[in-house]
This record gives sequence, C-alpha cells and structure tokens, in this order.
Amino acid sequence: MVKTGQQDRHDYDVIAGWVGEGSRVLDLGCGDGGLLQHLAATRHTLGYGVERDSNHVTACIRNHINVLQIDLEQGLAGFEDGQFDYVIMSLSLQAVHNTEGILSEMLRVGHEAVVSFPNFGYWRHRMAINEGHMPVSDSLPHQWYNTPNVRFFTMADFEQLCENRDIQVLERAAFDEERRIDIDPNNYASVALYRLGRVSR
Amino acid sequence: MTTTSEGSVGAVAPQCAHFSEPLALRSGSVLPAYDLVYETYGTLNAAKSNAVLVCHALSGSHHIAGHYADKPKSTGWWDNLVGPGKPLDTDKFFVVGVNNLGGCFGTTGPASTNPATGKPWGASFPFVTVEDWVDSQARLADQLGIDAWAAVIGGSLGGMQALAWTLRYPERVRHGMVIAAAPKLSTENIAFNEVARQAILTDPEFHGGDFYQYGVVPTRGLRLARMIGHITYLSDDAMAQKFGRKLRHGEQKYHYDVEFEIESYLNYQGDKFAGFFDANTYLLTTKALDYFDPAYEYGGDLKAALARAQAKFFLASFTTDWRFSPARSRELVFALLHNQRDVSYAEIASSAGHDSFLLADPHYHAAMRAYFQNIEV
Repeated sequence: MVKTGQQDRHDYDVIAGWVGEGSRVLDLGCGDGGLLQHLAATRHTLGYGVERDSNHVTACIRNHINVLQIDLEQGLAGFEDGQFDYVIMSLSLQAVHNTEGILSEMLRVGHEAVVSFPNFGYWRHRMAINEGHMPVSDSLPHQWYNTPNVRFFTMADFEQLCENRDIQVLERAAFDEERRIDIDPNNYASVALYRLGRVSR
Repeated sequence: MTTTSEGSVGAVAPQCAHFSEPLALRSGSVLPAYDLVYETYGTLNAAKSNAVLVCHALSGSHHIAGHYADKPKSTGWWDNLVGPGKPLDTDKFFVVGVNNLGGCFGTTGPASTNPATGKPWGASFPFVTVEDWVDSQARLADQLGIDAWAAVIGGSLGGMQALAWTLRYPERVRHGMVIAAAPKLSTENIAFNEVARQAILTDPEFHGGDFYQYGVVPTRGLRLARMIGHITYLSDDAMAQKFGRKLRHGEQKYHYDVEFEIESYLNYQGDKFAGFFDANTYLLTTKALDYFDPAYEYGGDLKAALARAQAKFFLASFTTDWRFSPARSRELVFALLHNQRDVSYAEIASSAGHDSFLLADPHYHAAMRAYFQNIEV
C-alpha cells in the first residue's frame, strides 16, 4: 500500500481525534506502522497492523508495531466479531478489489471503521480528465500503468455505497493538502476521511 | 570485542549438565536422573537478561552454530541465524542449544545405560513429551542462573517447544518465537508419523527396541522413515525444480536401482540419517509431536489454552510449507490476538516447503533480525 508522508500528517491527526483513549485498533494496510505509532503515542491504543508487503512488515517490527502479514483480499477471516473498537484503513481502500467485502468485514471486526482515500472527484482530477489524461497528483502520485490503486471513486460514490449497504457515516473530514474543506468537498477535497458505523435498527 | 560484519561463532564444544533430582514425566513415569548436553555461544551478561534458548526439531541437536575444532565441516544446523552480526547476534545474546531428553547426541536417551539394569534403556525408556523437554530445560536454566529467557525460539517441533515454554513457565519467557510450527499436528501429520514408525517397528533388526544388545541397527526402517520425512519437508515445486524427472543414466533402464534423481536424493538422505540417528529416539520424538496439543486440556479451546502466556510473540510461516502450513500458524496468531498478546506474524513467500525455516530467505531473516534487535537485554 502506498502512502506519502505529506498526506499522513493531517490524516493521522484527524484519526487520532476520532479514536478513543486506550482503545483497541486494527490498521489494515498499515505500511511501516506510522499511524499505529502515532495512535499509541497520542491515544495509548493497543494496536495491530495488517500488511501484505514484506519490507513493510519488517519496518513495522523495527518500529515496535504488532504486524500480521495477511493478504486483505482474503478478507478478515480469523478475526472475531467486535474484536476491535476501530478498524482503520488509511489511504488503502482504493487499492483493494473487494471494496464492499472489506467494508462489511471492517464493521464486523470493529465496532466502528475509519477509512480515508484519495477523492477522484477532486477538481484538479476532473480537470486532468477534461484535458484528456488520468489524474496524477499528490494524492494520486502514480501513473495509470503503475498505480497500485484498483478502484476509482469519488466521495459521492462512497457515500452512496454506504447508504446502499446500511453503513452509517458518523463523521467526515475532507482536505485539500492540509486545508480542511467543508463546502462541496467532493469537488474541492483531494483526500476524504470517514468514521463509519452500522445503521442501528 | 565488537564485530561489525556477519561471522561464525567459530570452534565450539558441547557441555554436559547432570541432574540427579528425579523428573516426573507427563506419562506418569519418572526419570530418576538425566544428563543434558548443550552448547552456548556469546556471553551471559551480568544481569543474566540476554539468554536465548534455541529449541531443535525432530533430527536436530544442541549443535546450532559454529563447528567442532576437529571437524571443520560440522557446521551447526542454524548457523545462518546464529553468530556475531547475524540475526540472532551472539555479540548481544547468550545463545543456548540443548539436545532434547530422549535424544541421541549425548543427552540421556534410549541408547544410554539404564542405571537400574546396567543395559541400554532401549524400549523401556519412558515416553517424553514437549512439556517434559521444557521442564528438563527449565532445570538447566536454573543451573545457568537464568531466571527468564530473553527469548525462546524454535522451528517446527522446536517452535512447539517455544510455545510450550510460554505456557508452562509464562514468567520465564519474555519473547516466544514460534517458526513454521502449529498448535497441534493435523491428522495427516500423524498419519505420516505412523508410517515412519511402522517402518522402524517392523524392521526385523529393531528387536522390539532392544537392538543395541544384538549389535545391529534397524537401518532399513530408519532409512524409510527419513525418506518419508524428507518428502514432507519439501514442496512439490521445490522437488520438481531441484530434481525434475532427471534420469541418472539418461535413459530408462527398467530396473529398481536408482534411476530418477529424486530417488538418489532420498536414498542418500536415508542412508546418511540411518548412520547416525537412533531408531528409538525417532519413535519417541514422533510420538512427542503427535501428543503435543496445549488445547487438549481445555476441551480443544486453543484461545483458553494460550490465556496463560505472558510473552510477546513472533511467528513465521512459509507459503509452500504443507507440513506446517501458514493456516496452522494463523490459528496460533488469532488465538494470541484473542488474548491481546503482543504478536507479529510474517508469512514468507518461499518455494522450499517446510525446510524453508532453515534457509536464509532475505525477508525471513530481515524480520527476525528486526525482532531480535528490539529485544531489550
């Protein structure tokens, strides 16, 4: 899973603000464990990361982060219902094939889910398409032919999926670079973060 | 002295510890006294906080690293892991290897003399289990003044021992490192073990386990047992890659002597093994493997069985290992997770099957190195 340090900072701070003190956290596609380190330092969480890439696994171990080398395309089989307070997927949702499946698994294993992803509806991305090219930006740093991303969606698309699948948006934050975007984020935000729960019936 | 590059621990020598206090075994038998042969590498620090126990698998021994002065080719079985500057760095850690009870490399076992009869124990040597090994090793730790191991590590059956250590002496293990292991054998695993045992038990030269007094060795049985074992340690791919269908004579000869290269390999491994390994030790060890099941006393609930553990854990498995598959390691990982233990798990892409745990795959060793580097001493 590919992340850039620039985006991580405010991404991390928002997530740290959402995550309860001392809670149990599972971070899917945890990279080198940076977010879990941040959450352990600021929120004293008990954290575990899931990562597919061997170099990242070693980096997590080096960073004193519990890491499990499991391929997320297998879902979260083995994890128990409600085992975590939060299941997080930071800037990785767009790199998983089975988007619906992983979202429902996150809300099975976690009481809440936190996801962040690059917003393909961002105006610069729309402009790139208008000019005839797939967008390349800070939040989408790869070329179309070497991107690890496999799902391309906007904030509006994501919210529609949530509604269709009885997933409740508990909180939302959207950014352009480090600037918080509150008005028309689907157009003006390059990265979106969501705190999600199950719709209670 | 500091070493900056990877090196060998050099020439080493085994030591022997005698224990005269009887050891009550899981089977109900009592071993009146016993010797454990062991080797150490590196230096035990003043706080005695840097000791790492390395547990061996079925055919391994206390000789983990380095070589014997008179035998330059007698390299230890995990020499690629253990040494100055290596992942298990002997500049930092004091590493201990012990030959398991019932073994045949100097530790008291079936070929040793039973003091009560003056003859080799043979078939009368009591059954020993993984837990019995751990108990016997705990006494060695006492003797060495080691209250708690910085880590206990092992692969395969050795991984089961590392796990058993964290359950039997939770306060004496800070890190459990369980490599290419399983919480218990599968039915198929036991089936393979039984075929190996039958090969030995039905060898006319086994003499019910008392072959020593006849001056013979059940070579045929041991060879077969080892050949079967080796098939299960490799993967289909690794075997195909290494040997293919290569014919030794370049054409089909229509005889039963060695033709395919894989036959040559298995016969060589079988012969070599039968030349140094004790048949009774093989039988005992496969039974110890079969019996190992920490969840047994908890109605099969592995999560409940692991609740006792206090250690932090590192687990690793290998994608082509079908003897102790990644799924078996994941069972352990999720049971540890249930108990909110600190645990990291590496699932290493490797083509070499179960044997992978003895090889120096770069990702595997990088993960181990990182883990060992973070262990405080």
